Amino acid sequence: MRRSAKDTEESAAILSRRGLVLGGGMALVTGVLGLRMRHLQVDQADQFRLLAEENRINIRLLPPARGQIFDRNGLLLAGNEQNYRVTMVRDEVDDPEKVLRDLAQLIPMTQEDMERAREELRKRSRLVPVTIADRLSWEDLSQVAVNAPALPGITPEVGLSRIYPRGADFAHIVGYVGPVSDYDLSRIEDKDPLLQIPKFQIGKTGSENKMEHELRGKAGTKRVEVNAIGRVMRELGRDESQKGANVQLTIDATLQNFVQARLAGESAAAVVIDVETGDLVSIGSAPAFDPNLFVRGISVKDYGGLTNNKYRPLANKAVQGTYPPGSTFKMVTALAALEAEEIRPDETIRCVGYTEVANRRFHCWKRGGHGRMNLRNSLKQSCDVYYYDLAQRVGIEKISAMARRLGLGERHDVPMSAVASGLMPTKAWKRENRDNDWVIGDSLNASIGQGFVLTSPLQLAVMTARLATNRAVSPRLVKSVDGVETPSGAGEPLGLSDEMMAHVQGGMFAVANENGGTAYGTRIADKSMRMAGKTGTSQVRNITKAERARGVFRNADLPWERRDHALYVGFAPADAPKYAIAVVVEHGGGGSTAAAPIARDIMLAAQTGGMPPLSAYPSAQRGRVSSALKKLQVWGLDEPKAPDSQA
Amino acid sequence: MSYLEYNVKSVPSGLSKVLYLNWPVVVLLTAIASVGFLMLYSVAGGSMLPWAEPQMKRFALGLFLMISVAMIPVWFLRNIAGAAYGISVLLLLGVEFFGSTGMGAQRWIDLGFMRLQPSELTKITLIMFLAAYYDWVDIKKISRPLWVLIPIVIIALPVFLTLRQPDLGTALLLVFGGGGLMFLAGVHWLYFAAVVGAAAGLVGAVFKSRGTEWQLLKDYQYRRIDTFIDPASDPLGAGYHITQSKIALGSGGWTGRGYMQGTQSRLNFLPEKHTDFIFTTLAEEFGFIGGISLLSLYVLVLVFCVVSALSNKDRFASLLTMGIGLTFFLFFAVNMSMVMGLAPVVGVPLPMVSYGGSAMIVLLLAFGLMQSAHVHRPR
Repeated sequence: MRRSAKDTEESAAILSRRGLVLGGGMALVTGVLGLRMRHLQVDQADQFRLLAEENRINIRLLPPARGQIFDRNGLLLAGNEQNYRVTMVRDEVDDPEKVLRDLAQLIPMTQEDMERAREELRKRSRLVPVTIADRLSWEDLSQVAVNAPALPGITPEVGLSRIYPRGADFAHIVGYVGPVSDYDLSRIEDKDPLLQIPKFQIGKTGSENKMEHELRGKAGTKRVEVNAIGRVMRELGRDESQKGANVQLTIDATLQNFVQARLAGESAAAVVIDVETGDLVSIGSAPAFDPNLFVRGISVKDYGGLTNNKYRPLANKAVQGTYPPGSTFKMVTALAALEAEEIRPDETIRCVGYTEVANRRFHCWKRGGHGRMNLRNSLKQSCDVYYYDLAQRVGIEKISAMARRLGLGERHDVPMSAVASGLMPTKAWKRENRDNDWVIGDSLNASIGQGFVLTSPLQLAVMTARLATNRAVSPRLVKSVDGVETPSGAGEPLGLSDEMMAHVQGGMFAVANENGGTAYGTRIADKSMRMAGKTGTSQVRNITKAERARGVFRNADLPWERRDHALYVGFAPADAPKYAIAVVVEHGGGGSTAAAPIARDIMLAAQTGGMPPLSAYPSAQRGRVSSALKKLQVWGLDEPKAPDSQA
Repeated sequence: MSYLEYNVKSVPSGLSKVLYLNWPVVVLLTAIASVGFLMLYSVAGGSMLPWAEPQMKRFALGLFLMISVAMIPVWFLRNIAGAAYGISVLLLLGVEFFGSTGMGAQRWIDLGFMRLQPSELTKITLIMFLAAYYDWVDIKKISRPLWVLIPIVIIALPVFLTLRQPDLGTALLLVFGGGGLMFLAGVHWLYFAAVVGAAAGLVGAVFKSRGTEWQLLKDYQYRRIDTFIDPASDPLGAGYHITQSKIALGSGGWTGRGYMQGTQSRLNFLPEKHTDFIFTTLAEEFGFIGGISLLSLYVLVLVFCVVSALSNKDRFASLLTMGIGLTFFLFFAVNMSMVMGLAPVVGVPLPMVSYGGSAMIVLLLAFGLMQSAHVHRPR
């Protein structure tokens, strides 16, 4: 098409004009862009640079290695082992279900594990690593590492976790650790940021719990550069964490092992204390459990097995169980009377089998009566009437005061869970707690360790140590923290005359070594290791008049729960005391038959530092003792069956 | 003046045409593309793969195509403009039926050796066709309603198809590019005033219709508008792009953090750091100086386009060159406004820099047209 020159010129003019207008418009927009750039990059640079740093830098906590726990000879009781685990970051996975299924083909995972992993993935933030499988073998971990490209979001990791190489032996003393629970967080006033780490393990029971502060250590920090989804790209700097303090206990792991083995099968407790230093060399409580189960996360079935057991494996009977001390309390009553000068050691009281007070008959365990009893014989034969008489002379206040002096009714400061204070009744206590006045019968019951009196095996052991040394020995469980020795528990003199104490000790010697003594049957033949002691049998029920008329039931005829507790306290060697012991066998029957044999075996083990030598037993008993000792499930002294114990 | 009116013999012929190319534009485009290579190398964490190397290959191919197209006489281009437009509209329809879906939008046809994004191609063919139309139509009739309606239909057809994909960015570019060309051609300004008024009304309607059955945009498009208006309202959700992008830009400061030192982009805080948001990486690592330098390069390309267009006496060539310059401007202006928080996030790449196959090749093809117009200009 041809156009006129005029049209062409006009259109070119319009185009030029419009072109310039448009060009101007573009210049304007470009100018605005430049100004905006200047505004963001120059005027607000500082502000945005700060925001970029906040985006980029993340502070991560470095959990410290937990302090180790050793026995008095440096054997490992609680250590840390490398724990191989696999974690998943939800945000990096498209189909977590598929990844879990793939993972389950590589490593052993139960349905329960899978369910737990799913639950965790739901609960936790999509950005934090969630532990999917724990405690893998090195081979399993390698499997995961090799297949990492096929498992998005999955990271194999190495961490430390707690291990108890001595298993059940120290379940009650050392206790166990477990992940911080919401309940823990609500209960403890602890601002330590470590507690916020998912699955961070803290002491739940025993020394692990009571010594948490020493054992935990200090968190370190590392500053890391993270990308938009929170994945760590590189480390910018770190403050190392501080390992927790190592704790050495006074327990002798070898003896502890023997004690646990000896108590096995019973619901019982035994405490062995070094009378010179107050060191607790063994604290046995049976049955026990494997603390490692709790660290790993105990299954519902296993836990049910522990809680439904009538022998109560979870309870530490040695310190939290309280029992009427029975006749083992008689030394307290005797000392109270001696100090009040209400009786002389050679003075005799006649036992006819019962005492009548306030129209009530208080029976001696021997129905026919013991006849005339002096102090020594009253202990040796455990005459009840003798002490009924003393009780009427000195009164409950003085008995109770003496008991406290000997360490009963007091919560001893040892780092274990639920240490009981027991009960030493006074008139004021009864008015306050029972809303009733103290009656003379209460005093009589208390004098033979029945009625309101309650003591723990630990308290009985402390009492016996004090009787053996005439010093206020106090128990010590921690020998040193990070190599710093804790003060000894030797204690000050009790302030009781040595002569008075010698009479009581003499009575205890007679119990265990003289013909007619209640523990003569369990005497030690080796003169250098002889024991002084006292048996106790405490009722857990009232014997009605009707029952007594029919004749008191024999323990064996009663259901387990209603049988008497069997007790024994003692110290050895009798002439130069080194160890004191208290044994309680719940519903075990008689003290001399159920508790005393246990105490003898343990005391021999403690004194020899190994298995009790047969030569120490009376020759007639050696055959029976030998076969019984052989049956004990004791670890080889040189080779503990621990998985692996690190120094 | 039309090509029939000048002596064809005064136009260079054969390979000697290469000497008559608008070389400054070639150099500038190469410089801009090189900035792109540098940035792609950086965002890959100091690696030629996965982006820098393919991008270089594409640029080489594109450069070859550009020079090849420059050899084609501009009058031949004018004659095929209608066909080119027709083909690209057919391709858009093809996407509608056979396209593969990438990033939630159906935008390309897989040709086997490369993915063709017809919407990219349409940006040029639309300009070509409109330029040819206004070269053909009588200047006196240009503002008559019927003759205004025809180009509007020409523009509306591909706009409708790209909106269906949905690709708001390209649709906007087509509207502004086509509208710009109509303005250049000399359509009466009252029409534009009317369109601006209508647009204001439409914006009102878009917002009014939200949440109703006949809502005009997709939900994600509304969200983009929301977060554009107030990015802080949802800093980790839909506003994340804009917030992080501004942080990256701002933390660059005057001189930037240094090459390969940009924490925002290297640590993946920046989304689409190798495509639409690549400017933020540049701004973070080279600061205000780097950003303004790139902007200057773009402006220089524009200046050469405008000068070439205004000095070209052939109406088609002149309109084509201006149109291509305008399209180029729209690319970088919309992209930069977007990353600097001046415009909502619409998928528009930074021309010659962002990683992406068809965008770069199509842009270089466009500059091939512009070069052809330059080489074959009446002398």
